Amino acid sequence: MTILLDEKTRVIVQGFTGDKGTFHAKEMIAYGTNVVGGVTPGKGGTKHLERPVFNTVKEAVADTGAAASLILVPAPFCADAIMEAADAGIRLVVTITDGVPAQDMMRVKRYLWRYAKERRTTLIGPNCAGIISVGRAMMGIMPGHIYGRGPVGVVTRSGTLGYEAASQMKALGVGMTTSVGIGGDPINGSSFVDILALFEQDSETEAVMMIGEIGGPQEADAALFVKTQMTKPVIGYVAGLTAPKGRRMGHAGAIISAFGDTAAEKAEIMRSAGLIVAPSPAELGATVVRALRQQPSRPVMVQG
Amino acid sequence: MDIHEYQAKELLSGFGVPVPKGGVAYSAEQAVYRATEVGGTRWVVKAQIHSGARGKAGGVKLCTTDADVRQAAKDLLGKTLVTIQTGPEGLPVHRLLVEQALPIERELYVGLVLDRKRERIVVVAHPHGGMEIEEIVQREPAAILREEVEPAVGMQGFQARELAFGLGLAPLQVSQVVTAILGAYRAFRELDATMVEINPLVVTDHGQVLALDVKMSFDDNAMFRRPNVAELRDYAQEDPREAEAAEHGLNYVALDGDIGCIINGAGLAMATMDMIKHAGGEPANFLDIGGGASPDRVAAAFRLVLSDQKVRAILVNVFAGINRCDWVAQGVVQAVREVQVAVPLVVRLAGTNVEEGRRILADSGLPIVTADTLSEAAERVVTARNAA
Repeated sequence: MTILLDEKTRVIVQGFTGDKGTFHAKEMIAYGTNVVGGVTPGKGGTKHLERPVFNTVKEAVADTGAAASLILVPAPFCADAIMEAADAGIRLVVTITDGVPAQDMMRVKRYLWRYAKERRTTLIGPNCAGIISVGRAMMGIMPGHIYGRGPVGVVTRSGTLGYEAASQMKALGVGMTTSVGIGGDPINGSSFVDILALFEQDSETEAVMMIGEIGGPQEADAALFVKTQMTKPVIGYVAGLTAPKGRRMGHAGAIISAFGDTAAEKAEIMRSAGLIVAPSPAELGATVVRALRQQPSRPVMVQG
Repeated sequence: MDIHEYQAKELLSGFGVPVPKGGVAYSAEQAVYRATEVGGTRWVVKAQIHSGARGKAGGVKLCTTDADVRQAAKDLLGKTLVTIQTGPEGLPVHRLLVEQALPIERELYVGLVLDRKRERIVVVAHPHGGMEIEEIVQREPAAILREEVEPAVGMQGFQARELAFGLGLAPLQVSQVVTAILGAYRAFRELDATMVEINPLVVTDHGQVLALDVKMSFDDNAMFRRPNVAELRDYAQEDPREAEAAEHGLNYVALDGDIGCIINGAGLAMATMDMIKHAGGEPANFLDIGGGASPDRVAAAFRLVLSDQKVRAILVNVFAGINRCDWVAQGVVQAVREVQVAVPLVVRLAGTNVEEGRRILADSGLPIVTADTLSEAAERVVTARNAA
């Protein structure tokens, strides 16, 4: 099992025929993702990458049975695209787009709540690298070849720091079930807690690594969740030890403005909640290996 | 993005928030003219910089004659004001706000923020506003009033009334405070603010409610649809390197150390800076060059990092996902040839086509130290800095 996504999931791309949509759809197809079509308003009825293009997400769902959508439309139109997907019954939306206004996200989150839990959309992102279920499928912009398959689930705010973790783990022969980028914005579709809960339920995932950064209450919420709701070991890291107060470090959400926002405070909260905190970003992989070894009933399992 | 107090007052005034009579001045003559225009016999001349705590730093002067106003303006304009929020370098004063000074009966606090945990706009109020709001809140936490706004319908009148009555105001002031709070909320929502702070919101001895000091910040991501706010940006209040970086699509934050950093991705950038610190060094900057590390962009990054005179070594750390390392390496080589890099340079490449990338760096004949891992990269750049 993996979480959220596997090789059978029917995926469409919103913003399919644009440069970015085309490039990343090709990469996703090459990785084995079941891309069944895409949406570009005004280009409905044509074909792109040998797949049908639709004017609306509703048409795409009716025709292809799509259950997931990757959104690569520009930031000003992103909230609209997410709500369109949710309204059409798409269950998983992954939004890569960077620069979505925070109040748009506030309204999008409120909009998603109007649907009953059984049909509510899970939103990942925006401003994230996407999801990869290793060896099965990916919805995102990550380089698939740096991920090895194995028993560790990864959830991270940052894309490139997620790549760093993946390559350190691969070099040590440890693989992943699924890696999820939740994004660097102040309001995310899914939080650390949402993804940790999925990994806790997943039978193949034996340990979870969560990579946070400065700013916001999410890492502390996640630490409390790990302490009270999780049986699997969780390895943590928080980037931004040297970040000064009140300055935005690239990501819209990476800013120290309140008590508990700094990397040191968050790492301490994680430690006191029983997470295994990596001493430095160079030891993300090594810390995972150490955590797995401390689980005698679950041997380190590595494939491809 | 931050704006000046006088700009925030003009914006809020447009949404029905009552503000004192006043106007902006760029010179002593204009300041005197503003005072005459405003009328009365007492004025405040307030330095306009992107910082609070200006009063304690000598940036706010009370005047009772034209000559006072002229002198206050002369004293403040062109000065660099250092407050507890600006850091030791301070911020330059190029504009003043000249306002009518009124006798004050009560000072209240009203603030609106986008609460990340609740994912909603939250309005906070306190019956005792003023300069020591942080200490007041710590001393009297029970007096804090909070209202969360439901995003689907926006702030309702009853919420503003609950706050106003909760502040212990007389009925005559309640309706004025309700107008002020609802106006501030509409400004927050319709201008894509991330913070509106009215501190203090005052009641004058005539029972009039006024926003005496106002701070507003805005969501950079939403400025594409708020041109009237975007044009209020004052580059004189920002680090010139950060403004220059933004023009090249780079994200730069100046820091106090001496190891320049050029990295792709905000998270990896922060982690690399953490590693430099672990290795005993201090980063001179945060710099995220983003996804497409084109040669032009890499060259702009080098120029930017080297414009900081403190920099004694540079670390480039690129994890090439969709970009290939060979392409990034070509960009680095081209940039180093173009930009005259006189300090030691350590480059760590990882990801797609990494072998080819390293070969290009080695074959370039440039004095580039390479590293395979994050920890090697940090150790080598700290060693190079110590030797330099």
